[in-house]
Amino acid sequence: MATDTMTKDGVLAARGGTFLTEDRTAAEVFTPEDFSEEQKMIGQTASEFMENELGPKIPQIIKLDYELSRELMRKAGELGLLGIEIPEEYGGLGLDKVSGCLVSESAARDGSFAVTFMGHTGIGSLPIVYFGTEAQKQKYLPKFASGEWISSYSLSEASSATDAMNAKARAVLSPDGQHWILNGEKMWLTNGGFADVYITFAKVDGEHFTAFIIDKGTPGVTLGAEERKTGIKGSSTRPLIFQDAKIPKENLLGEVGKGHKIAFNILNVGRFKLGAGVTGGAKFALKAAAEYGKSRTSFGQPITNFGMVREKLGEMAIRIYVSESIVYRTAGLIDKNLEGVGLNDVAEALKRIEEYDAECSMVKVWCSEMLDYVVDETVQIFGGAGYVDDYPAERYWRDARVNRIFEGTNEINRLLVPGRILRKALKGELPLFQKAMGLMDEFTAGPSFEEPEEGFLKAEERMVKGAKKIATMALGIAAQKYGKGLGDKQELLGLWADVAMETYALETAVLRAQKKAARDGDAACAVQEAAVRCFAQDAMDHIEASAKRLLAALDDGDMLRTYLTALKRFGKRDAVNVVALREQVAASVIDAGRYTL
Amino acid sequence: MKIIVCVKQVPDTETRIRINPEGNGIVEQDVNWVVSPYDEHAIEEALRIKEQKGGEVVLVSLGPDRAQTALRNGLAMGADSAVHLKDAAFDAADTMGVAKALAAAIKGIGGYDLVLTGQQGVGGDNSQVPGLLAGLLDLPQVTMAIKLETGDGKATVTREIEGATEVWETSLPAVISAQKGLNEPRYASLKGIMAAKKKTIEAKDAAALGIAAADLAPLTQVASLELPPARPAVRMIDGDPETQARELLRLLHEEAKVI
Repeated sequence: MATDTMTKDGVLAARGGTFLTEDRTAAEVFTPEDFSEEQKMIGQTASEFMENELGPKIPQIIKLDYELSRELMRKAGELGLLGIEIPEEYGGLGLDKVSGCLVSESAARDGSFAVTFMGHTGIGSLPIVYFGTEAQKQKYLPKFASGEWISSYSLSEASSATDAMNAKARAVLSPDGQHWILNGEKMWLTNGGFADVYITFAKVDGEHFTAFIIDKGTPGVTLGAEERKTGIKGSSTRPLIFQDAKIPKENLLGEVGKGHKIAFNILNVGRFKLGAGVTGGAKFALKAAAEYGKSRTSFGQPITNFGMVREKLGEMAIRIYVSESIVYRTAGLIDKNLEGVGLNDVAEALKRIEEYDAECSMVKVWCSEMLDYVVDETVQIFGGAGYVDDYPAERYWRDARVNRIFEGTNEINRLLVPGRILRKALKGELPLFQKAMGLMDEFTAGPSFEEPEEGFLKAEERMVKGAKKIATMALGIAAQKYGKGLGDKQELLGLWADVAMETYALETAVLRAQKKAARDGDAACAVQEAAVRCFAQDAMDHIEASAKRLLAALDDGDMLRTYLTALKRFGKRDAVNVVALREQVAASVIDAGRYTL
Repeated sequence: MKIIVCVKQVPDTETRIRINPEGNGIVEQDVNWVVSPYDEHAIEEALRIKEQKGGEVVLVSLGPDRAQTALRNGLAMGADSAVHLKDAAFDAADTMGVAKALAAAIKGIGGYDLVLTGQQGVGGDNSQVPGLLAGLLDLPQVTMAIKLETGDGKATVTREIEGATEVWETSLPAVISAQKGLNEPRYASLKGIMAAKKKTIEAKDAAALGIAAADLAPLTQVASLELPPARPAVRMIDGDPETQARELLRLLHEEAKVI
């Protein structure tokens, strides 16, 4: 996979999970300020295309217009926007993940089209990119890249979704050995209504979970009615029904019984990109909220003069800044780790991406929840106008909700975070338990009286160090208490996932702002500094609250008191005036009428 | 045909402009720089002519380091090569200085059949460079082109005038400046963007162009630059139509002092 559009200077492919056990410097993380000239131009092409071609057609798109969706996809294909992750030899461009994220952000101008676009380029195309035979790649990928064919994907069934292995759809080989005969019904076929190709799964002989590529019009394959969804109404979602469907035997994807590898790996490689999509969506919502707020008067003045409205706009921008920071740090990590690995070595490429599965899950959860906050406050700023469909706010609100459900629910992804981190620790790839032991020694040795270092976000840098200690200590104690049984303690794992996510988010935001300040000077980063200082307080509050609940569920009495004293010491910080900081961010958003950090 | 297109990098029209403390220019920090929209029409036209008749499209831009991005954008649209005129000595140049430098660069490139420019550079909006350029190169000029057809050694240009259109025929080479409506500029495709990485941008300073500091001495200077006044709050006039009309008349007389 070519990663040569990436600004590589100094960026480090730090091992996955080490954000907890090691300190990073600003130069080592990739940030949106590091986009190369090509990445910026790709982002610009995508943004102009979506603004001019998609923007005016949103009213039609959301009425679910198959032909229009296909037409827009064909035009996107002509520009190369559908071929970013398809190798050059199959008509794509084989570009980096950062470029893919920039395009996903732009596609989020409309939630429905974003799902159509990402369904096709992600779960629709990548199974063949990573697991297809040469013939399958030759047949499908050039047409996927050009948009001549649209792909769709379904993993779920009426009675299985997260537990995809419980699929009831069956496949048996025909007596002449030329076809797979499929029976059963899949659910939520994204892009189903206008797709030419369906990627789906069935159990061979009722036992072996296997992936199949199904061409539209195959005898015995039909589609059920469109689902009447809460949002993304312009995205097609239909059941896929097999009644003795005859699938040519060459349309089996991967190996018999290895469907789970395809299903889970493809979710892994696409998950962080959802973070990019929702970050883009949040920027559009913030723009709508800021513009509406400036034009709406109350008591003779624009409502953006009022403190509580300003506070919302400031906080929306702060969270978008953090979201953007973790998306591109993670995409940058993957790009860096993929350097020199081609798609002819699929196993190695997948392994290099999988290295960051905890980070990818964190991005998915954090960013989708960020979007829900932003669209909710957008509705609030629109007031009554936010509750009617004459204005875009309610559509943003409805469209956002699904992001916490698909691509692995946020619950499943919360479980994956400690799951992956613990697995790395147990395999000896991450010195988490050693660090946890060391922390106990550090704690019993008493507090340090060193003079704190002064400088740009230095206090926040210390908070990051404290957050890492809290996360490490809490997971260490939990693992010690429950051992392997910890895997069943979902509520505890969820609490810890929140601690880890906020830690990753905080560190990333601090490093991004420091990297920009090192380049442009502190004065040029005043708004970013305010945003990060404000976020740091909230993140630490969140970390402490979650860690406290977790620790209180692990022990009581003197032990708990000791843990809580340690928590207090590691979380030590001075209170800052977050009201003023948020106002500083708000002023810049309101002045510009959009996200400008 | 060999076509030279002059490109200017300007602030994105969505940029919120701030005036610098000296009051003679804008604050460049946080400005998003783009190819002037009129120049995009010029580039597009050049690419269409090349696609029909074959040939070569060369871009020329004068500006600081960042102007290279504008050239790269044009190369990504499909232009073949670019020349970047950059020198600290150009900083103080006015439209005449810019035109002299561009003319020298165009003469240096040589062998061209057509010079295309935008009608004006968005932002400064002087509309002077195309005319100065034609004068300096001693070439015929047609402005405000909304349609262009090239033939053997000549071109037919439809230009927009107040309430009508004119059709001109000119010999080539000529300097033709593009008005909006000439065409619909293409997006840079991802393939084009990746291909642009490998195309050359040749940098030239004043010495390389054979231009002396005296040639660049500005003939004009910006005395001051001000933002348009902020729009005052709207005032609603209450009452029946007659009262409203009287009050409006009074305000126009006494407060706005326009009648």
